[in-house]
Amino acid sequence: MSDKHPPKHAAGEPGPGAEEATPAEDSTAAVVSVDTAGGAMGPSAVPATAQSGQLPGGPDTVLRRIFTGSGMVSVLAVLLALIIGGLLIASTDKQVATTSTYFFARPTDFLAAVWNAATRSYIALFQGSVFNPRGNSVAAQFAPFMETLTIATPLITAGLGVALAFRAGLFNIGAQGQIIVAGILAAWVGFALHLPVGLHLLLVLVAGIIGGAFWGGLVGVLKARTGAHEVILTIMFNYIALYFLRYLLNTPAFQRPGETNPISPILDPSAVYPQIFGTQYRLHLGFLLAIAATVLVWWLLNRSTVGFEFRAVGANPKAAQTAGINVSRSTILVMAIAGGLAGMSGVAQVAGTEKVLTDGVAATYGFDAITVALLGRSTPWGTFAAGLLFGAFRAGAVQMQIQTGTPIDIVLVVQSLIVLFIAAPPLVRAVFGLNPRRKKQARTAKSRKAATTGGAA
Amino acid sequence: MAGLATVSASALLLTACGAAPEAGSTSSAGASDYTGCIVSDSGGFDDQSFNQSSYEGLKKSEKDLGIKVNQVESKTNNDFEPNLRAMVTAGCDLTVTVGFLLGDATKKQATDNPDSHFAIIDFGYATPISNVKPIIYDTAQAAFLAGYLAAGTTKTGTVATFGGIKIPTVTIFMDGYADGVKYYNQQKGKDVKLLGWNKEAQDGSFTGDFEKQDVGKQLTQNFLDQGADIVMPVAGPVGKGAGAALKEAKAAGKDVKLIWVDSDGYLTAPDYKDIMLSSVMKQMGEAVETVVKEDKDGKFSNTPYVGTLANDGVQLAPFHDLESQVPADLKSELDQIKKDIVDGKLKVESAASPKA
Repeated sequence: MSDKHPPKHAAGEPGPGAEEATPAEDSTAAVVSVDTAGGAMGPSAVPATAQSGQLPGGPDTVLRRIFTGSGMVSVLAVLLALIIGGLLIASTDKQVATTSTYFFARPTDFLAAVWNAATRSYIALFQGSVFNPRGNSVAAQFAPFMETLTIATPLITAGLGVALAFRAGLFNIGAQGQIIVAGILAAWVGFALHLPVGLHLLLVLVAGIIGGAFWGGLVGVLKARTGAHEVILTIMFNYIALYFLRYLLNTPAFQRPGETNPISPILDPSAVYPQIFGTQYRLHLGFLLAIAATVLVWWLLNRSTVGFEFRAVGANPKAAQTAGINVSRSTILVMAIAGGLAGMSGVAQVAGTEKVLTDGVAATYGFDAITVALLGRSTPWGTFAAGLLFGAFRAGAVQMQIQTGTPIDIVLVVQSLIVLFIAAPPLVRAVFGLNPRRKKQARTAKSRKAATTGGAA
Repeated sequence: MAGLATVSASALLLTACGAAPEAGSTSSAGASDYTGCIVSDSGGFDDQSFNQSSYEGLKKSEKDLGIKVNQVESKTNNDFEPNLRAMVTAGCDLTVTVGFLLGDATKKQATDNPDSHFAIIDFGYATPISNVKPIIYDTAQAAFLAGYLAAGTTKTGTVATFGGIKIPTVTIFMDGYADGVKYYNQQKGKDVKLLGWNKEAQDGSFTGDFEKQDVGKQLTQNFLDQGADIVMPVAGPVGKGAGAALKEAKAAGKDVKLIWVDSDGYLTAPDYKDIMLSSVMKQMGEAVETVVKEDKDGKFSNTPYVGTLANDGVQLAPFHDLESQVPADLKSELDQIKKDIVDGKLKVESAASPKA
């Protein structure tokens, strides 16, 4: 960080200056600050993109609005998704089914059963992710929270990668592949080399970050040089990485001696992250690195020249180019950094929780990271918070399943609903009656609709 | 439409008109305190493969032995450790874990909790652990019969197989199948060709996962184009892709057959009843039930349970509808081979065979 101090000062001038100009006009628009330029310039950018493949695509204007919606929408989307998830839980509950048969005889039973089913599951979710009052020691009571932080670690770093690329106008859905490549390199260094404590782990981390950065950077190079769309590239790179991993796991070099199962040897003890709060929790050093990465990305985006260029390119690549910013260089660099961040997730997986390499090393973190970045509105700390929330969902789901028998899939449904609602801010606002201008219209429309449907029935 | 809506709405209303039950009548089945638990791998309990069979075995024990059952699915490899730990904390007497991916996590929990018992499906440890019972299968024995059957039934002189992912639990089927075909050729002086697997090179056709049925369909079509008329897919649900391709070929007038794996496909994949020649079955449900029963009776041991033809842990399923298409002397030859394998006169070897 220290070696980048000079550019920081240089960037200090235009960065905040550009941001301050907008809030002066309209405080509510501040959230969208730099990115509103994209919204304003959007229509004209579409034909330009069609002509020169160098620039981020036209549909990004819609995506950008989705990615940088207001914080209120994020919170309400989560709330709404939880409510619908609760109803879904209730609808499959046996007690609810039995009480519904005599709904008219005693409706309170039915309503109580619905309430019970949903709250019981959510209480279990909470107990599995934050605090379990039934634990027999303080350590056991906070164990769920530690688990949440553990699972959040790869989500946060991969989410930061997606968010950062998005701020530069790139829809990076290649976190999955970047995690895999990072995992391959990190795991190999971890089990094939035998080095002293400290140096070994450092090398594992560096190998992972380089692996991710290489895989991401490659996409950046192809995009910058040939104009190929990054969405297609990253999807294909995900497949290449996965099949490459499967191929490697079928070679003796990546298998345990004497076995032919596709699972790597266990990483050396010197190659894994130390556990921060002792061996009873899985929480490892990777979480602290995730916090550091969040700070770094925040600094990069808001205080550095490079970050300013990223945002300028993201807001309007053509204007950025005219202003003398090297768009190609920014594209390659941002994808490499995004890949490096996703690479940290790969390291957190092989050196933190799993300690082996299998073809499930990336789990679904690469795709969850997109949701995390969405929910975090592509800001570093927003992504951090969203990562924690999703970590809590994942950690709690296990307890929820064990305690109440609610399928773990319900959490995936809630996650998907969150994406759906974030992608449709007007819907969320309408549900909560937050569309100030259209409120009256909506109400009249609703009553009119009700009247017509009533007539039909 | 409106009429339909009215009908369904009134149906709902009617069902909602039942009488409310009186409070205070809770039933309790005074069952045993023994709790059997199961943790799936990332395939989940509906994988139409070993997770499902093992789960069904445990559910059956719940009914037959009156035990309590607790189950948890893993969505990713990250879930293994917390899931297993949660099971141990929940007071499970025996925890069944499914698949080699859970090998490390099971070992860790078993070492940390020496008083809890574990059983792991389809995986054996190089050095046995005192409280983990591996449940493994010498599937090659039953697959050998399937190979012989296929070679004896084929009209074109070419049979085929393919796998999901190249892992020992899959290739052991293919090894046995290949040897069965080879044995038939030796015995009869024929030259039935096998597509999709080369035992010497340990290499063949794989779809790459246990999900993409269309890839299985494509592979099967390739085999058909190369003249095969009997296909054995060793790929869980992807086998349905093979079934679909064979059904199309049958509709086009070709005489083709399917050999299912893991369970009796006539019962578990009834869509392909009319082309289902037989199945190579791994009786995982029964094995789980046996192990649970032993543990419940205090007779737990860490000696691996090895499913063989001798203990009916692996079997060749009945021919069902295609009974008439299998010649009587072929049936008696199969019986003889089975007997020879059980007696040890005929050795079926695979690189993936359990070393016990």
